[in-house]
Amino acid sequence: MIANSSYSLRTPTRTILGPAFVFTLALALIFFTLFIGHGIGDGIASNLQGIWQLIIGEADKYQSIVVWQWRASRLFAALIIGAALGISGAVFQSLVRNPLGSPDITGFNVGAFTGVLIAIALFGNLYWYSVIGALIGGLGAAVLVYLFAYRDGHSGFRLIIVGIAISATLTAFNQWLSLTVSLETAMTAALWSAGSLNGMTWSRIMPATLLILLLIGLSMLLNTRMKLLEMGDDTAAALGISVNKTRLVLMLVGVSLTAVTTAITGPISFISLAAPQIARRLHPQRHITLFGSALVGALLLTSADFIAQHGWQNTTLPVGLVTISLGGLYLVYLIIREGK
Amino acid sequence: MINDQTHNGSTSRYQSLQCLRSLVLSRFQWLMLCILLLALIMVASLCIGAKSLSISDIYHVLFSDQPGLTSTIIFEGRLPRTLNGLFVGMALGTSGALIQAITRNPLADPGILGINLGASLTVAIAVVFLGATQFSDFFIYAALGSLVASLLIFAIGSLSAGKVDPLKLTLAGIALGAVFAGLSSALILFNPLAFDQIRFWTVGSLDIRTLAVPLYIAPVVIAGCLLALSITPALNAFGLGDALAASLGSNPIRVQIVGLITITLLCGAATAAAGPIGFVSLMMPHIARWMVGPDQRWIIPFSFILTPCLLLIADIIGRVLVVGELRVSIVTAFIGAPILIYLVRRKGASSL
Repeated sequence: MIANSSYSLRTPTRTILGPAFVFTLALALIFFTLFIGHGIGDGIASNLQGIWQLIIGEADKYQSIVVWQWRASRLFAALIIGAALGISGAVFQSLVRNPLGSPDITGFNVGAFTGVLIAIALFGNLYWYSVIGALIGGLGAAVLVYLFAYRDGHSGFRLIIVGIAISATLTAFNQWLSLTVSLETAMTAALWSAGSLNGMTWSRIMPATLLILLLIGLSMLLNTRMKLLEMGDDTAAALGISVNKTRLVLMLVGVSLTAVTTAITGPISFISLAAPQIARRLHPQRHITLFGSALVGALLLTSADFIAQHGWQNTTLPVGLVTISLGGLYLVYLIIREGK
Repeated sequence: MINDQTHNGSTSRYQSLQCLRSLVLSRFQWLMLCILLLALIMVASLCIGAKSLSISDIYHVLFSDQPGLTSTIIFEGRLPRTLNGLFVGMALGTSGALIQAITRNPLADPGILGINLGASLTVAIAVVFLGATQFSDFFIYAALGSLVASLLIFAIGSLSAGKVDPLKLTLAGIALGAVFAGLSSALILFNPLAFDQIRFWTVGSLDIRTLAVPLYIAPVVIAGCLLALSITPALNAFGLGDALAASLGSNPIRVQIVGLITITLLCGAATAAAGPIGFVSLMMPHIARWMVGPDQRWIIPFSFILTPCLLLIADIIGRVLVVGELRVSIVTAFIGAPILIYLVRRKGASSL
């Protein structure tokens, strides 16, 4: 009896505590990122009155620019890109039914790096050339994987193996290229490949945001079909899902989400891999949901960017380095805790 | 190609027995053929290069011990890299097959499990803080790094649950690997000198110019391969799941522990001797599996014979293709990827 009642009490507490904790952490992070920074604009809004003036727009022009033009755009970029990465990870892990599944399996990131390496080697370090190079290279690699893996439809396994093969070839090509070009070009490209939110102004993030919101809406619409597809191709077909078409559309959504984010920031790795797994462990019934993955992804990238800006003295680290270290450590913690 | 025979010959018990016999024999013949192929490739690897040598030249140098240009080419160039290719290939193939069997995941390899990334981190630390500059300095750091990394990964993936959980092991590998990669990038991205050295090391190379390296790793690799062979029957049982394996009289935990020790030894040796060469250890077990079916007693021998073949062929092609030599891992990827894609597109390609 006692055991029973304690069980029934514990479940709802747990259900509320996880999301409540995540929500509080997110709010605190947003607050700190916006109003308490260092470097340029240090000491802005050191008291509550100053912060209130910033919010209602009565602070001086210099302070408003730092907070609303520089910090807010970067924060917004972190939130939206994190959400996009979380969802694309959830879509891919569901598609290939493997926790190793992430948009990386399509060879997109490696292909994007090829494009950027070539763009930097040919035209020098120009932002929009890198964006275009990343898009062409990444989508080209994804199309190659898709075509080679197609044979009377797609199987998740064949997709992964072909993805690995194409990625390995492109990685080899990238390595050869970065041994051949000058050290400076190789380092510029390596910095891009670490993934960074530096210089995310509103004009850079806005076009991507529209696309990302559209794609997130689309993925939410496909949610039911995706869950049915997880039950196996035959079951899904018996339940009235056109398996190949659904898989193609889901893959398109996943790849496009990765494409948009990678093109503007460089590959921010690990969020798409870790966010669904973390979201599953925070979910009361241990399910991976798209919404949960998006939330965890956004929170992960925001906190990673906070650490990237404030963790290292005088240097803003590429946020990608922080995401993989932080996400990795958190996953390790979850794995250890789960065993007990 | 061999699998088809099993499907046809199931009409009577006698026929299926006959079929079984011919199956075993033909796999054995295949294995002998592969060993012969490996021997031929090794001889070719001694002969082919910037200066071509004939087989009699090599025979004279190896067995008469005269100093001279040919002797220098053989003892400080071709022989070390051929032996290195042999042992590194054996280690990579065997460890790949073992990792896939132990994690029950056909996508696992030393790269995905984070072992290579651990080695990269220690090499980065050695370059940035300890002033290591030579490839030969990296040997000990890479060995140490992959040892520590695999022990950490296995500890986190298994000890917390009290047993080795394949899924947890894979996730622990990914998670720790990510941490290692993040830290080593942070170390080298703002340090051009270190970046320059590491970019050459991470590509991997068989060209080590000293016999000491293959001779150091040879005992480790041979011991590892023997250990791997000794647990192959138990690995077959393990592949059926913990409960079934236990009911068949094998001890899953013991198999996993022996397997993990073997993987640690083999990955450490391979990464130390040649740098983090990826992909082959993922790919060759699949090729072996498609050749001989899901029996680990055959997959592992085929993996450790065929992987050095691929590595050495890639190394030879890299030597003759361009003037400055292409690195072995680059050529391996360009040869291996099309083969893998062709095989996975065949009908009836197996997952595990």
